[in-house]
Amino acid sequence: MQYALLIYETPADFTRRQQAGDNVPHFGAWRAYYKAVVEAGIYAGVKPLDAPETGTTVRLRDRKPLVQDGPYASSKEQLGGFMLLELPSLDAALAWAARCPAASYGAVEIRPVDSELQRRLESEDQPR
Amino acid sequence: MKTSPDKLTYRAVEAAARQSYGRLVALLSARTRDPAGAEDALADALLAALNTWARDGIPKNPQAWLLTAARNRLLDHARHLEVRDRSASTLEILANELYDTPDPDALPDERLKLLFVCAHPAIAPDMHTPLMLQTVLGLGAVEIGRAFLVSPKTMGQRLARAKTKIRRAWIAFEIPAADQIPQRLEAVLNAIYAAYGSSWEDAAGRDQRAVGLAEEAIWLARVLRDAIPDEPEVRGLLALLLHCEARRPARRAADGRYVPLSEQDPHIWLAPLIDEAERELAVSATHARLGRFQIEAAIQSVHAERAHTGHTDWVAIATFYDELTRLAPSIGAAVARAAAHCEVHGAQTALAMLNQIDAHSVISYQPYWAVRADMLRQLNCVHEAAEAFDRAIGLTDDHAVRAFLLERRRR
Repeated sequence: MQYALLIYETPADFTRRQQAGDNVPHFGAWRAYYKAVVEAGIYAGVKPLDAPETGTTVRLRDRKPLVQDGPYASSKEQLGGFMLLELPSLDAALAWAARCPAASYGAVEIRPVDSELQRRLESEDQPR
Repeated sequence: MKTSPDKLTYRAVEAAARQSYGRLVALLSARTRDPAGAEDALADALLAALNTWARDGIPKNPQAWLLTAARNRLLDHARHLEVRDRSASTLEILANELYDTPDPDALPDERLKLLFVCAHPAIAPDMHTPLMLQTVLGLGAVEIGRAFLVSPKTMGQRLARAKTKIRRAWIAFEIPAADQIPQRLEAVLNAIYAAYGSSWEDAAGRDQRAVGLAEEAIWLARVLRDAIPDEPEVRGLLALLLHCEARRPARRAADGRYVPLSEQDPHIWLAPLIDEAERELAVSATHARLGRFQIEAAIQSVHAERAHTGHTDWVAIATFYDELTRLAPSIGAAVARAAAHCEVHGAQTALAMLNQIDAHSVISYQPYWAVRADMLRQLNCVHEAAEAFDRAIGLTDDHAVRAFLLERRRR
């Protein structure tokens, strides 16, 4: 079973990322978490996303594309990236989410991957 | 006519619920063998108390009032369903016995039986602690789920399933036969210890619910001690919990920093709890039947002596851990044993001990990596130490511990 850990972070958290190196607490914590996940054999992928202000949103309205700078800044915390883990249960996912550094300073949302939909999307001969 | 309950009534009902919840659920379910039904009936009684007490005043014996109200609910419910055979006769007993003696204090305390039912071998071991917390202490699925990192909905479903099993499998509410007690007691002790452990890891003090569960665990241990005073392991567990609890104020610095045991200021340990722990341990020793919890309490007792002597007797601690790994082998004991031997014989010997532990079982066991990192650092294996620190940092879910280890890794 795959679970996505959706990482929510504040603007300050995005700024902190620019300092790298294992001795920088923020980066060091993330690097250590990544390693622990890989060692546990549950790692299925990670994608950190660039800051919300680099985002652009597209909607099609009346067949015209409506392009907007950035996502809605409706909440203080924005999606900062996601991690995919291969785990046997939600309980296991909760334990790993609690270890994620963002659980201490931001928020981590756990979503099971919709594998049924994925299978249908990827299947080559769809009935018409 | 409906009266809205005032603050005073709320407080009275709340106090009665806190004091009597487990006793009443145990009293009722020992007769019906249906803890879920007993809880529902008591919940109804508490709700009724809010209105009735607000209108008529708080009764002289709130516990007796709640028992009568809950019993009546159970009887109404049973008559409504027109249940037959065994349940009906049980309800007859319930009606007669509890009618004759409405004062719960005059009835035997059935909480011990309830504890044994919750930790029954027929119930999945990971549900023992949650069941105890709910039926004996009245904690909700939300609180329990939070403590065990399980979603409230899932925890609620699991609790309901376990209670259905108790009722449908007709698990007996009885104290096990003497020859079975040690084996059955172990599950009860483990469950209480797990309740404390779930709060201990998160001992930041800022987190109120964590402190709450620790108190509940100690309370459960005291209930058990009162019920079976001649069982030394029960006193051993209580002593262990009290020693750990005594250090709560010292485990975090004023700014929230994590402080390891060796660097804690013994003067802010809670002396009354240490004294109580020592008394329990002394009584348990008179039985001359050593067990896992007594040894663990003895280890904490040696640590506590630092408050008087100013130093830690690591030779004694290492010896106790040797005994513990022999008597009750576990990954945790093996890691702690190596850490103790590190203080006595140095990091080289201790690292060899760590290397004997099965590698697969420690992949995600945080204390192993923290202890290993410290040993490697002492041996000046800079690169390997950093690797081990990373694993320890990556596996902790405690922000203060993470910060502490990151700092130590840099040194």
